[in-house]
Amino acid sequence: MKKIEAIIREEKLECVKRVLEENSYFGMTVSEVSGRGRQKGLSLQWRVGEYRVDFLPKLKIEVVVLDEDVSKILHAIANSARIDEMGDGKIFVVPLDNAVRIRTGEDGDNAI
Amino acid sequence: MSVNAADTAWLLISAALVMLMTPGVALFYGGMVRRKSVLSTITMSFAALAVVALIWVLYGYSLSFAPDIAGIIGGLDWVGLRQVGQTPSSVYASTVPHLAFMIFQAMFAIITVALITGAVVERMKFSAILVFSVLWLTVVYCPVAHWVWGSGSWMARLGVLDFAGGIVVHISAGVSALVLASLVGPRKGFREKEPMEPNNIPMVALGAGLLWFGWFGFNAGSALTSGGLASSAFVTTNISAAAAAFTWMMLSWRQQRPSLLGTATGAIAGLAAITPAAGFVPPLSGIPIGIVAALICYYCMLFRMKRGIDESLDVWAVHGMGGTWGALATGIFASAAINSAGANGLILGNALQLAKQFAGVASVWAFAFIATWILGKVIDVTIGLRVTRTEETVGLDISQHGERAYGGVLR
Repeated sequence: MKKIEAIIREEKLECVKRVLEENSYFGMTVSEVSGRGRQKGLSLQWRVGEYRVDFLPKLKIEVVVLDEDVSKILHAIANSARIDEMGDGKIFVVPLDNAVRIRTGEDGDNAI
Repeated sequence: MSVNAADTAWLLISAALVMLMTPGVALFYGGMVRRKSVLSTITMSFAALAVVALIWVLYGYSLSFAPDIAGIIGGLDWVGLRQVGQTPSSVYASTVPHLAFMIFQAMFAIITVALITGAVVERMKFSAILVFSVLWLTVVYCPVAHWVWGSGSWMARLGVLDFAGGIVVHISAGVSALVLASLVGPRKGFREKEPMEPNNIPMVALGAGLLWFGWFGFNAGSALTSGGLASSAFVTTNISAAAAAFTWMMLSWRQQRPSLLGTATGAIAGLAAITPAAGFVPPLSGIPIGIVAALICYYCMLFRMKRGIDESLDVWAVHGMGGTWGALATGIFASAAINSAGANGLILGNALQLAKQFAGVASVWAFAFIATWILGKVIDVTIGLRVTRTEETVGLDISQHGERAYGGVLR
């Protein structure tokens, strides 16, 4: 099993959630995060003049998938979260040792 | 002299309105700092409600308003409110109890001290703020209030006009703020242009709203009666605030987008500028006074930033320069038809009034500048003005007050 961490635009959450559902992945964790990439922030207004905000608000989606689904899910997320501009985000794939469903105590792939 | 019920009611309500301006300033400033120092910023203003109010009744009121000594300071006759009772004073506000006039004036002293703190947020030690507040009130505010409003003072005899404190409150606070900020030095990261994001702009808007509301007591209350003059000052005040808020909104739109922070700042600039003029000028002159106030304060703020001075919340640019413009504008737009205790200004052919206004402005600029510099230096070499580097990094909320504004993993 692998954990997929996708940093995406806030407005793309619904699209990504839909394609994950289409691929039968219903569980996920979403956090509000701040980050920067090549887009390098944006400028906001002070009382006069502007100041640069280095870190932009993004959403991080964490979803754990079976090994055989990894490449399918990666492409599904990338295709649904893309608008083809700087700031689209990144996806990281992280190896995972184990998982446990707390209610039943099942572990391994059954817990996903 | 007998007590007039309507005048007394209006003055007591006005005193309460002006009292609310200090928590208003606290929120206005508190919203603009980083989240780690929001409580500290609010406390700096709030503390004035506690400290200055006591000093005022003990000896501040006497130094400011008691019978004159040599034209420069009030005597000690009214120390501890001696001779200040339920009957009117024979000199000030002759239709209301002397106590009502005294407490109305107390609120002015409180907010003036609170205004200065915006210059030194996020790095000045709280104990030093308290010591500075007491010393500054005694050495700067009381004499200046006496010069401008005290019976028999040199400025009163000269005929300098300041309806509600453009010189006493806004110039003295603004100039002192600039000096104190220079002595305390910039916030860590200011020179490196670290972003210092305002933690809560809605709080700024709420504070600006409370200030605007309280300002009706400040300016219309300064009529000291409840009739036509109070109404005229009320309307003039609102016009100037609106004109300046609108102008600043347009300035920010020209630069990027119409910003709330800018619009709120503009309102305060317009209110500061109309303060000395409100009861001396025709209501519609609030429009040019407000528009010019916004332009002057906006460009003074840009100038202050270009010079790399961390006068953090622009007390000088908004209050100091707004008050300076307003005091001079009083000499331009004043009309004796509005207030028989006033005079005509430049537009009505009396250029001398503008010269008198200039003399008043220049004197208080110089006095506040020098006196604040000396006070600041004395505090710096004795107890120190500034928190330690670590305390500053952690933020003043935790390091100075042991509290934090927004905390906890669980809500």
